[in-house]
Amino acid sequence: MTTHYLVLSALLFVIGGVGVLVRRNAIVVFMCVELMLNACNLAFVTFARQNGNLDGQIIAFFVMIVAAAEVVIGLAIIVTIFRTRRSASVDDVNLLKY
Amino acid sequence: MGETITFWVLAVVSVTAALGLVFSRKAVYSALMLGTVMLSLAVLYAVQDAPFLAAVQIVVYTGAVMMLFLFVLMLVGVDSADSLVETIRGQRFWAIVAGLGFAALLGLGIGNAVLSAPKGLTAVTAAGNVPSLAELIFTRYVFAFEVTSALLITAALGAMVLAHRERTEPKPTQKDLSRKRFVEFGEHGRNPAPLPGPGTYARHNAIDMPALLPDGTVASLSVNRVLARREAAEGTLAPEILAALEAEDRAAEEQVRHAGVNGVNGTGGVNGSNGAGPNGAAPEAEESPETSPETSPEMGGEAK
Repeated sequence: MTTHYLVLSALLFVIGGVGVLVRRNAIVVFMCVELMLNACNLAFVTFARQNGNLDGQIIAFFVMIVAAAEVVIGLAIIVTIFRTRRSASVDDVNLLKY
Repeated sequence: MGETITFWVLAVVSVTAALGLVFSRKAVYSALMLGTVMLSLAVLYAVQDAPFLAAVQIVVYTGAVMMLFLFVLMLVGVDSADSLVETIRGQRFWAIVAGLGFAALLGLGIGNAVLSAPKGLTAVTAAGNVPSLAELIFTRYVFAFEVTSALLITAALGAMVLAHRERTEPKPTQKDLSRKRFVEFGEHGRNPAPLPGPGTYARHNAIDMPALLPDGTVASLSVNRVLARREAAEGTLAPEILAALEAEDRAAEEQVRHAGVNGVNGTGGVNGSNGAGPNGAAPEAEESPETSPETSPEMGGEAK
């Protein structure tokens, strides 16, 4: 059963990664990052049960805290960029390129 | 057995929803798909002896994070369709190839690992899941736990600083607004007073009654132009209201002609709001933001 959970976790992680690469809307990209974090949490919880100690669950808990903080800051940045550039597309934020 | 069934149902649901998150064109659908994934993952946590994490997952992710996402989506990008233009040639194709390759790598790695039967958490959670977690958090991980408080405070402050915007111009006071109204009255003859409420001088004070002038005719200012146009198209507009609006339109045209004679271009330029618009609306009906017929609450006019 552990293998099944790990494969599911890997699938979700890959889907999230492809989404980050493919999508252009900054908010959707951000959602895909959240999906990747969730997939990692599933792997942590699975390994906690596999190895019979709670450390994995604690790490998953901390990942959730960091993800919450990250969402707050990331969305604030997206809103700030939207105010100046009137766009939520990651293609429009390209001034650092030059 | 029960766990197997739960797993397969939720695995199908969550992978489908994750694909939907990536491939749906509308961002709101993506958000809902992400919510589905998170909920199914919460159930999977609960199945795997992590009831506390399941609760936290629902409260923090589907509760707080998804709400935040939806809020920002409604503020920012709900109508911005995702562009399909590739800025890097072939990026989408190669991203999918890389994704498949990475999936194969992970799958092979996991498949090749030899895992013993899961030890289970019954031994370490003898005191219950939450007390055991609490014991670990407040002993071995206490420093990390304290640091997360600093992290959360920093995040909250950072969000406030990022979202805060200084006013670059002073807020217009009531005095400024009143002065502006009277300047417009002097220059263009706009009504300086607040718009009459519906039915102010009428026998009814219902919201769908037009205000009446002292001579008993309809005060066209109190009629909502949009609704009146819609009702005129349907043929249900009351004749006296129609007459009042037509009289006002005639007066407006008169004024435009008058302005044209005086050499003031009434239809263009910065001061050109004197004249009629293309539909011959009266100058009073051309809205400034605070007296817009569509938005003004005291402006019920000819509603149903």
